[in-house]
Amino acid sequence: MKRRVVVTGLGIVTSLSHRLDEFWTKLTAGESGIHELKLFDTSKFKVNFGGDVHDWRPTEYFDSKELNRIDRFTQFAMVGAVDAINDSKIEFSNYDSFRCGVILGSGIGGLQTIEDQVERLLMKGPDRVSPMTIPKLMLNAAGGNISIRYGLRGPNFTVATACASATNAIGDAMKAIQYDEADVMITGGTEAAITPMGMSAFANMRALSTRNDDPAKASRPFDLGRDGFVMSEGAGIVVLEELESAKARGATIYAELVGYGCSGDAGHITSPDEEGRGASRAMQNALNDGALNANCIDYINAHGTSTPPGDVAETKAIKNVFGEHAYQLSVSSTKSALGHSLGASGGIEMIISIMAMKTSTVPPTINLEDPDPKCDLDYTPNVAKTRELNFAMSNSFGFGGHNASVIVGKYKE
Amino acid sequence: MSVQERVFEIVASQLGVDQDKITMESSFVNDLGADSLDTVELVMELEEEFDIDIPEDAADKIETVGQAIKFIEEAKNS
Repeated sequence: MKRRVVVTGLGIVTSLSHRLDEFWTKLTAGESGIHELKLFDTSKFKVNFGGDVHDWRPTEYFDSKELNRIDRFTQFAMVGAVDAINDSKIEFSNYDSFRCGVILGSGIGGLQTIEDQVERLLMKGPDRVSPMTIPKLMLNAAGGNISIRYGLRGPNFTVATACASATNAIGDAMKAIQYDEADVMITGGTEAAITPMGMSAFANMRALSTRNDDPAKASRPFDLGRDGFVMSEGAGIVVLEELESAKARGATIYAELVGYGCSGDAGHITSPDEEGRGASRAMQNALNDGALNANCIDYINAHGTSTPPGDVAETKAIKNVFGEHAYQLSVSSTKSALGHSLGASGGIEMIISIMAMKTSTVPPTINLEDPDPKCDLDYTPNVAKTRELNFAMSNSFGFGGHNASVIVGKYKE
Repeated sequence: MSVQERVFEIVASQLGVDQDKITMESSFVNDLGADSLDTVELVMELEEEFDIDIPEDAADKIETVGQAIKFIEEAKNS
């Protein structure tokens, strides 16, 4: 018998805000978090905009020594985790530390650290490469540091499936609780890849929108004028608990995590399967995992990155799985406002799905002005919609052909 | 700024401690909480700042802030 898993704490870092209430107000008002990049000089770059968290000064969370020892992607994850844990009001001292763990996702890890240290290697020689290089850049640094801060000795690993990383991590964390390996899990995703290398490499793949003259309009999922995704960064971290132990301590329950599914495309290393076969299977697996009929789902937070092939393939996949009900669903891509934070996106978007249920508000797909005829679902264009939601699905698909879907439901006894 | 002032400043920022908690007798490991990674990074910072070479065997013998300052002053005068 699988144990039930609930979400009891939320923590978020995005270019719109890293305070959940302010974030939600801005997102549902249709505000964009995309702007000219301020992290470094982009004058020679093909793309000079994105969703960087440019006012990032996490001094209230870290002392100078700690900051020096962790990359930006770990800073995001730790701030998200601290906020989520505070939000949940959990006291780890009341738990067996071996029953509390951390499973995070990140697509890329400490890219800025790699760039800084390669520069030192080339300019100053091998003796000047920092001894902190590896512990800062490794993808699992975020999960390791969170476990150290809170003394969590349960399952701890990091998932790297590019843009599906956070959603795969959440699925694994959910299973750790379902199958009685842990009672509390910190999970979600983090990413900080807006660096000179990250921006030039993604731009040269022609994966990014080049709408430099109008950044806030650049991410336009399902719109005919879309021309690629918009890079962003941040973290979305949640606290998961086993239902009975959450109830016993009187926790506020945001939602129940009811289903998870994943698959691989086995096609191209970066292009999605045109028919969305892998994506369909991930969604169907999540429904099966939760023993849910497709008609139960009210809202899908789409992967919807604003690339020409991706949005069409996802639309086909939704229709494959949901049939006629696909047209009854509310769908939206919040990447229209936030851009694409790669391995963090699944964490942020699960939080959005939970907030949508909690507030009965579907956040809009902004910049959807001229719908692509191949994308004919209700994507909640431009204006948030009031709708009672009982179950919401969040999709994440990554380079490498990774597909992952999770389903959250309103908690009922 | 004297060598001592510059060393105190670097140690404070690298190890995240208040400058007024640092004395010549402070041990990097026992008093200032440095681990093996901090020690290597600190030696590197001092080498950069003072444009000197601190060989590994010499670095291993430096345990206190005062010993570091003495080593730097001797290296700069040699």
